[in-house]
Order: sequence, then structure tokens, then C-alpha cells
Amino acid sequence: MNYFELFSLTPSYQLDLSDLAGRYRTLQSQFHPDKFAGESAQAQAIAMQRAAQINDAYQTLKTPLNRAQYLLSLQGIELAGEQQTVSDVEFLMLQMELREQLESLQAAADPEDAIDKLAARLNKDRRSLSDDFESAYNEGHYQQAGDIVRKLKFYARLEQQLQQAEEQLLDF
Amino acid sequence: MAYSDKVIDHYENPRNVGSFEDKDDAHIGTGMVGAPACGDVMKLQLKVGDDGVIEDAKFKTYGCGSAIASSSLVTEWVKGKTLDQASELKNTEIAEELALPPVKIHCSILAEDAIKAAIADYKKKNA
Repeated sequence: MNYFELFSLTPSYQLDLSDLAGRYRTLQSQFHPDKFAGESAQAQAIAMQRAAQINDAYQTLKTPLNRAQYLLSLQGIELAGEQQTVSDVEFLMLQMELREQLESLQAAADPEDAIDKLAARLNKDRRSLSDDFESAYNEGHYQQAGDIVRKLKFYARLEQQLQQAEEQLLDF
Repeated sequence: MAYSDKVIDHYENPRNVGSFEDKDDAHIGTGMVGAPACGDVMKLQLKVGDDGVIEDAKFKTYGCGSAIASSSLVTEWVKGKTLDQASELKNTEIAEELALPPVKIHCSILAEDAIKAAIADYKKKNA
């Protein structure tokens, strides 16, 4: 049973997050360890395993990047933990530029404004890649969708670093 | 995570950081690679003499300590080598020299691929 089936959903990139959260809570309460307190050790172990699986499924599906990666894994494209490198020069040049911007935030005249602008830029790029992923996936172009997920991973990293930079700057 | 002394040395005193001014110069080969697994980006440039020997190398890497150390190390290694010798460089040698743990092997793969991309760029320019 895949993660979507676990929540009685059909595999899709578009997902209603509050609906998913509701399904998650319902399932979690069904398999809560307290409900199996009087049962056999075997039944308790199965319930615990199920609860862990429900949790993994929820964590995977609730984040767009992980969801995209999971959808592709269902199509036999395994991107998690891959060590392959990418060599799309144009994209990498842009990534270098964005990293340079990130590095120069601290020296900016108005760091908060610089952070906001960079955050808006990253958000815009990520949304556009996310839309591209959805079209590629829906049209069954899984290899192409995989390349987009690889790009999205660079943005996930950038956003994480921007957040760290922001925390550092606010400490001053 | 514990970094080896060699990684720390290259990370704290990276060799050959920067880039060559005229990237369109036919003597310069530029390689750009990225690792989706960690979001690291690496640019590596080779300056090749008319005799086909690598005279100088520079790099710019955005990534973790292991990625910076891997690129710093290879820029040192390739100097004085011919393009053929440099293209034989294996990521396992980098990983071994820096004592990289398994989770950081992709950093050495990135450095190997950056050298290969730079050589390919140089050959394309001079074809």
C-alpha cells in the first residue's frame, strides 16, 4: 500500500493540506497505542508499526518537494539519496549568483530589505518550478519532472540558508 | 559531524579560490557542476598551456566543508598534469585523501565531475 492509498487518496501533486491533516489525525487515533493496551503483544506491535508508517506517509506527503519525489518513486524514478551531479550551466550560474547574493546580505545597506527581496525571488522561482513539475508529471514526462525536482532541491537548500542568515542578522 | 584534519585544513585555508578574469580565453576551461543531494554548487577553472599542461586552477564552491576541501584539493592536484592525466582523476582518490565519510562521498564526485566538465569545456573551445 503506497502513502496515498494509506490515506485513501489517489496519487497527485495537488493536495489539500488541511484535508490530508484531517485524514492523518483520524488514522493516528485509530492506531493509537492506547487502543491496543489490552491486546496481544503481536497486535500491539502491528499497531505500532502502522502508526509509524502513517507518520512517515504524512511527513512525506505534506511537503511539496518530498511529495514530488515520492510521486516519481512510484514511477520507478528514485531521486532520494542519489549522488548524481547536474551540469545545466545556465541553471548553475543562476544558483551561483543567488548564493553570492545570500553571502552579501550582511553587507547590505538595508539587510532586512535585502532578505525580503531575495526571499521573494526564491519564492517566485520555486513556484514556477513547482508549476513546471506539475505539468511534466501530469503529462507523464517523468524524466523531465525528475530534473525539475533536482532543481527544486537547490532552492530548498537556498531557502534553508536564507533562513539561517535571517536568524543570524536578527541576533545583532 | 567530525571532519578530518585535512578537510579542516583545506576548509580554513582553501587553495586557489577565485576565477580567471577572461573566461572566454581559449586557454581557460570552465566546469560548472551541482549536487542536488545537498544543493552544493561548484565552479572549477583550468588554465592550460600550449603544451597541454595545466598551469593553474581556480575554484569557487558553495557548499559544506567537504565540498570546499574536495575542490581545493583537486585544484592543487591537477596543476602540472596533462589534460589526459587530469581526466583520470577519480573521486575515490579525493575521498581517500580527505578521509571523507560515506555521506560525504558525493562531494568528491562533485569535484571529479567539475574537473571533467572543465576539461570538456577547454576541448570544446579548442576543437
